[in-house]
Amino acid sequence: MKQVIKSMLAALALTVGAMPVLAQDGPLRIEITEGVIEPLPVAVPNFIAENDAAADLARQMADVIAADLTGTGLFREISEDAFISRITSFDSPVAYADWKAINAQALVTGAVSVSGDGRVTVKFRLFDVFAETDLGEGLQLAGSTNSWRRLAHKVADQVYSRITGEGGYFDSRVVFVSEDGPKNARLKRLAVMDYDGANLQYLTDSSTIVLAPRFSPTGDRVLYTSYATGFPKVHVLDVGTVQTRILDDQPGTMTFAPRFAPNGQTVVFSLEQGGNTDIYSLNPGSTATRLTSSPSIETAPSYSPDGSQIVFESDRSGAPQLYIMPATGGEPRRISFGEGRYGTPVWSPRGDLIAFTKQSQGRFHIGVMRTDGSEERLLTASFLDEGPTWAPNGRVIMFTRVGSGAGGQPALYSVDISGRNLRRVTTPSPGSDPAWSPLLP
Amino acid sequence: MTFPFVKPALIAALVLGLTACTDAGRFGKGGSGDDAAALNATGIDQNALDPANDPNSPAYFQQKVGDRVLFAVDQSSVSVDGRVTLDGQANWLTQNPSYSAIIEGHADEQGTREYNLALGARRANAVQEYLISRGVAGNRLRTVTYGKERPLEVCSEEACYAKNRRAVTVLSAGLGS
Repeated sequence: MKQVIKSMLAALALTVGAMPVLAQDGPLRIEITEGVIEPLPVAVPNFIAENDAAADLARQMADVIAADLTGTGLFREISEDAFISRITSFDSPVAYADWKAINAQALVTGAVSVSGDGRVTVKFRLFDVFAETDLGEGLQLAGSTNSWRRLAHKVADQVYSRITGEGGYFDSRVVFVSEDGPKNARLKRLAVMDYDGANLQYLTDSSTIVLAPRFSPTGDRVLYTSYATGFPKVHVLDVGTVQTRILDDQPGTMTFAPRFAPNGQTVVFSLEQGGNTDIYSLNPGSTATRLTSSPSIETAPSYSPDGSQIVFESDRSGAPQLYIMPATGGEPRRISFGEGRYGTPVWSPRGDLIAFTKQSQGRFHIGVMRTDGSEERLLTASFLDEGPTWAPNGRVIMFTRVGSGAGGQPALYSVDISGRNLRRVTTPSPGSDPAWSPLLP
Repeated sequence: MTFPFVKPALIAALVLGLTACTDAGRFGKGGSGDDAAALNATGIDQNALDPANDPNSPAYFQQKVGDRVLFAVDQSSVSVDGRVTLDGQANWLTQNPSYSAIIEGHADEQGTREYNLALGARRANAVQEYLISRGVAGNRLRTVTYGKERPLEVCSEEACYAKNRRAVTVLSAGLGS
């Protein structure tokens, strides 16, 4: 796996093989090798509506699946205008020659039905056109009508996963800060949406400043910093009930930069007292444990996926740099040594990389490095990029990009860990501080 | 972290400097009639009731004493100019014991959100420690950081950043906790 990631960092390329395969590995495959990226041509004809009630959804679900796949930059959708063959029945044999003729290397077919009690059922198959075979087994998914986008994302995750051999990330959500108003009188409120910007819901009002939300490992709770008391304090919000409470209220302190441990119970955060900011952890029903004791600033802690280590930011060397320490505290080791200032380290869910913000020569970058600090690679550059968050599969990073000057608005962007496919994520108003959820169950 | 150490001689010099400065400020504007409305045709001085003319008013503290100090890039030590302002603040707080204050620390936008929160806290604390060193009781002072959340100026140039890297002493009536 490490080797795969290593070469992933070098570049992305497609290799469409035709060798016999083992288990779930199909011959149609996007491999991460050195070379030039050429998006794989995929056809996603409108799904078959198995009853009248499913007519709209059959088209919309195919659209969402195609948008998920092309949004990765790894696939190119073949326009319906080019189709020679029509899919008229989910179970009819596929006319491979017709799809080869338009160079559709992958073909996704599906059928949708809606029951009288509002349940949507979607079936799909994925074909390797040039090998003239199914890629993996057909699958059926069902859910309530209002979860139709999630069902489509799950189909797209299957397609992505079967072709790339990596986990999917489309059936996921993003919590972020929705912003309004001028730069010097910003109104901020927490919002959550699907990873692609759909189904947006506000979680707080804008009566007080809220910052940097973070999902729990199961996505049921969100940690964030709120000025509700007049001072920055870590709060926790239950996504289902939208109830909030203050996490730990020691008088005379300010707390921020919270993040859950992989166990979903322990929370690590920064606590400021007397001008000095250090890292603390808190277990439910316990008092906070101090993990760093330095007169410098220690902040932005993030756990390794196994929960054994914490990467964080400290300016003990004179400028902010990245360090790793045991999750229980102890001697940290510095991992960033390049020129410039490093901050907001976030451990990849795959465990292999650390994403960070780098400030150098008046520009900001989102970058990744291995956990020993080697193979640093900057993925973006702009006036102000900051605050990376990982997609559940550790392949894509979302972050905040802010324009300069009075009119400079923050927006959410995503980028592949190869540095390709930089995209703006659509939000109804300016947005900042995104945090990606795990893949939904 | 280092906090500013000020030699007694320097403080004395600064306090003297402050007195001169404040006098100039106080009389240079409203009192000498450079305001168009201040001198009417009868030759009688007429001033609008400006709360800033009352030396014991929060407006006087804000406008005449100066409610803020500025910081160099990435720094949280109080500058020489800043000490002059803070000596004035300390004197005012000593003379007006019924007020407490919250010191707001701010950073410019050139930094990550979380680091800037910590940096703003450092700046607010540097001001608090200085005021305490000048005799203000610690229980009258609290600090809060806004990081880069509340810039005063919105341009993305050093001229604006310099004004945003600040600690502002905000008065409130009554003793703090």
